[in-house]
Amino acid sequence: MRCLPTLLVALVCMAALSQTATAAAAYYDLQPTEVADDTYVFFGAQENFSRDNHGAISNTGFIVTGDGVVVIDTGPSRLYGQAMRTAIARVTDQPVVQVYITHAHPDHFLGNNAFEDVSIGALPGTIDTIRGIGPDLASNLYALVGAAMRGTTSVTPDTTIEAGSTVTFGSHTLELIGERGHTPADLMVFDRTTGVLFAGDIAFHDRAPTTPTADIDVWKQSLADATAIDFRTLVPGHGPATNDDVPLQQTGAYLDWLANRFTEAAGRGASAAEVMFEPLPPRWAELAVEPGEYRRSVSHLYPALELDSLGAPSS
Amino acid sequence: MIRAMPRWSAMLALSLCATVALAATDVPDDPLDSSQWRYMKRQYFPDAKVVFDDRVKVVAPDYAEDSLATPVQVSADGLDGVERVLVIADLSPINPVLDYFPVAAKPSIGFSFKIQQATPIRAAMQTADGTWHVGGAWVDAQGGGCTAPSVGNSSAIWQSRLGEVSGRLWAAADAGEPGQRLKLRVVHPMDTGLAAGIPAFYIRDITISDFEGRTLARLAPDEPVSENPVFALDLDHDGPVTVEGRDNNGNTFSAVIPAPAS
Repeated sequence: MRCLPTLLVALVCMAALSQTATAAAAYYDLQPTEVADDTYVFFGAQENFSRDNHGAISNTGFIVTGDGVVVIDTGPSRLYGQAMRTAIARVTDQPVVQVYITHAHPDHFLGNNAFEDVSIGALPGTIDTIRGIGPDLASNLYALVGAAMRGTTSVTPDTTIEAGSTVTFGSHTLELIGERGHTPADLMVFDRTTGVLFAGDIAFHDRAPTTPTADIDVWKQSLADATAIDFRTLVPGHGPATNDDVPLQQTGAYLDWLANRFTEAAGRGASAAEVMFEPLPPRWAELAVEPGEYRRSVSHLYPALELDSLGAPSS
Repeated sequence: MIRAMPRWSAMLALSLCATVALAATDVPDDPLDSSQWRYMKRQYFPDAKVVFDDRVKVVAPDYAEDSLATPVQVSADGLDGVERVLVIADLSPINPVLDYFPVAAKPSIGFSFKIQQATPIRAAMQTADGTWHVGGAWVDAQGGGCTAPSVGNSSAIWQSRLGEVSGRLWAAADAGEPGQRLKLRVVHPMDTGLAAGIPAFYIRDITISDFEGRTLARLAPDEPVSENPVFALDLDHDGPVTVEGRDNNGNTFSAVIPAPAS
């Protein structure tokens, strides 16, 4: 008789677990790609948020360190995070011991629900933003993505990272690099052991960079910092990994073009809607999510430049 | 869930409109297929001839990135003799967005507006014979733009800057063509009255004149026009202009915009 409650608990737990795994699998088919020794990436769709992609549009990754698994970004939803854990468990039986969140955008941290038993680390600015507007970002994503978001709440990272610090897990030494520009706090994780740089959304590859919280001049400096790192593999926040600095060059060139386009348009008096519908040069038109992302950028960046172009108020 | 609401309200509107549709047989079918169209026709263009006209262009993003400021550009190349441009949003708690009288100007205007939910945004242009020429576009939106308090409402800064005007003139883009692009920005909260406890407070009238006092263009914004609005107008006139305006609380503002440096 003493066995019965235990058995019941075990059965209920198994049922709950398998239900979770089934729900997660119904939305997310996560297949890890090995990009270097011990290092895996779940590549996101090169798309905008939709009900079809369930919000899985950014790259997340993990490092099997020999002394536990380090996870970089948790994706857009609780179910995505759970699907990550299931996929990680198929690669290794080492437990997840640390999560790092690169920045406070909803496609990168809303899977935190699935990692609440683990230390979740982020830069102070990222933690502040998630604490402040995380719930709003989650409800926005519910509206855009739908049922795959169920059970997702904003979980604020519980561990503050010191920019520039170095940590060691098993055989891997990780540099935690604090940058800014895509958002007010962008974390890059450089694995000195393998030479893999997880650049977060400082780097986009063959996908238009997003600018809702961008400061282009500051972002450019971060790109220069990333270029100076002696990495062997670069994992951008969106798009394929490379063994060269093409994503950094591409992101920088796009941001330069965007800033020049908007400044030039403001200088000739174009309205925001007019700028939105001016065609893109072929090099940028072929990026994923264009021209949609360019049009979003008009809303983000053009009003300030337009105001500058009008000069001082008349008295 | 937020985005499900427009469809729900659209369905309700559809059922309400069904009886109206039987009576109003002279209304052309709406290319935007909006359930509100017949009501809009009856409300804003009663007893007038209305035609959908491809020359009337409304350029706006298909999705509003910023519900508080959705850019729109209205124009009508090839349509002469436009006396009035009425911009309306079918599915909005406040349908009229802006009324523009291009006295000596092209029937074109660029500005941004607040969007409450997915809606058609239309420009109706009235020519001298009384006919309304209508064009439009759908804008999808997360919404909430009309019921959110303005940023200015919670900031003391704008109170000292209320009615502050920035403006600039550019020579027409085509060299040798007469006319100028005017851009105008006025510091104003443009409160819709739909945020709890914040009354409607918005610019009612802006008149652009030449130095001889001739009216070049007159603009009557409604509540949905964005906070601190920027307007882009295309004047036939060359040379400096004056700007005079007032809001619904009787505050007035004025400015002189110098001719473009050549």
